Parts: sequence; C-alpha cells; structure tokens
Amino acid sequence: MGDTIMMSVPELQIIDVNSMTTILGGPENEMVGILVTMNSDVRGMLLFLLEKDFVCLLLNVLLNKSINDFTDISEMDMSVIMEIGNVLAGSYVSAIATMTDLDIRLSTPQVAIDMVGAILNYPAAYFGVMDDNLLFIEENFLSEENIIRSHLLIMPEPDSLSLIFESLGMSS
Amino acid sequence: MSNLVVGISDQKVADPPDTLTTYALGSCVCICLYDNLRRIGGLAHILLPKAFGDVSGRNVYKFADTAIEELVRGMIKQGSAHLHLTAKIAGGANMFISDEKSIGDRNVETVMQELQRLRIRIVAQDTGANYGRTAIFNTQDGSLTVKTLGRGNKVI
Repeated sequence: MGDTIMMSVPELQIIDVNSMTTILGGPENEMVGILVTMNSDVRGMLLFLLEKDFVCLLLNVLLNKSINDFTDISEMDMSVIMEIGNVLAGSYVSAIATMTDLDIRLSTPQVAIDMVGAILNYPAAYFGVMDDNLLFIEENFLSEENIIRSHLLIMPEPDSLSLIFESLGMSS
Repeated sequence: MSNLVVGISDQKVADPPDTLTTYALGSCVCICLYDNLRRIGGLAHILLPKAFGDVSGRNVYKFADTAIEELVRGMIKQGSAHLHLTAKIAGGANMFISDEKSIGDRNVETVMQELQRLRIRIVAQDTGANYGRTAIFNTQDGSLTVKTLGRGNKVI
C-alpha cells in the first residue's frame, strides 16, 4: 500500500463491437470483465474491461501478493475484483446521478476472466446489436512504474438514454 | 492452404485444404456442417436464437433459426447434398451468472432444434459452461479444434 495511482482524463468514443474488439487487443486477448447492471430510473449495464496486468497489479498492491496471471486465483482475489468493480461503477454512476438528479441503483458486480471477444458476446446478445454504436470510455491509470489502460462500456437502454439527455436539458 | 475467418453473424463455406476459424465464442454458437463425401465444410457463427421476423439484410446470419438454413443452401450451391451433411457445434457459454435462462443455453437449444428440423445429425458438440472458445474447422477431415484460455484444447 501507499503507492500512488493516478487517473488521466477519460477519452470517450462511440464505436461498434468489432472496432472495440480490435482496440482491446483482438478477440482472444485475456481480459477481466466486470459487469454491473443499473436499475430503477436508469436501466442498462456497465462493463469494465481491465487489462490482466492491471488487475494483477491491483491485487498485488491490495493483498500484498506477487501474481502475474490468474492460474491460482482465489475466492479472496475474486471478491477484491468485485469490490474494484463496485468502486469504479459507483464513481461513474454517482457522477451521472448527481448531474441528472436521477435515481440509479447498481447490482452486485459479476466477474469473467476470459477472451475479450467472448466477454463482449454478453452485451452484444443482450442488446441484439453488432453494428450499432456503443459508448466506450478509455482511460489511463498511472502508477510509478506502469501505465495501464482501463476500458468501460456504458450501455443504457434506449429509454434510459433519452431520460438522461432530458434530465441534462438536451432533447434528443 | 488458407485460413478463412468467420466473424460474428457471419458464415462461410470452404473446400480442403482450407480451414474455417471463428474466434472467442462466448454465448454465441458456431455450427459446422460437413459433407464427408464431397469434403465440403461450412461454418456459421450465430449471436441469437430467434429472428422473430427481423431478417433484413445481414440479419439472416445473426439468428440460429435463419442462419443454419442459409448455410445449408450455401453448401448445396457449392456441390453438397443435404443428405450427406452432419453437424458439430461449439460455444453457448454463460460468461456471467444470470438468474434467467442464459442466452448461451437458449442459443444451443435453438441450434439443436433447428438441426433436428433440417434432419442433420449432430456428431459432436462442446457447448455450455462459462468460458470462451475459439473454433477451428478443418475441411480436410471435418475435425473441429476447440481452443480455450487455461482449459486446454480439444479436437471433436
């Protein structure tokens, strides 16, 4: 502990699932997916896609370990990953909730550690889309020795997206 | 020899010595049809079980209940006979735990129903569970190699 991790200003893009897979290192790249669903006023899902190295770094810092892959991942590690999802999702969602004055409740995070293409099947199937554009946020986490990118996919249901725009005083 | 890549909501037909590869199946299912006599292979990668009438444009490849029939048509056009076709399927995982019946399970179920309706026998399958799979279909002998991350590879 005691290490400083800084975050850069996020970059926001609207792209399709195929381009997203390419940005994320190709379909077979191993990533950690943390899925959180939004309920109440705003409905939809948040999917954090974290680089394997980033998650190992976080686990090593938080649990004082020295792992570099997930072959011996423990239940404790998994619950820490879920907690990371909680913290990340909470910060994004409370920002949206404050700006829009909407009530947004979050589910318990679910974790999948696998090929990023396989993880992305979930939102693609849920929304039944491949060509449609999805909101994609990329940001850099900087520690003393590492620069690691994190990715967030925000998918509000269409009604919820209109509601967010309306609450911000933008009519769609 | 070339390796043809099949994307999501896509399908291709090939002859030996070509291979057909589809990467990182999660809840998606790939259906590999093989004509053992003429040695023609076809691979379809579906995203969802049923079209419910929404089959405009490329959508026909997206759904199990429209894509498989389309793949059979493609193989017959290439010289296959419907009677010779057998099937191998892979994918249909449940990547995240869900309370409802998972999309992966529904995909596999619909693929199996559809193959039965078309009277095509399933000779091998590697479906379900909770991990991603890459499928490589060899048109030389109809073998299907399934690769995973950390769970080994197998040939079915």
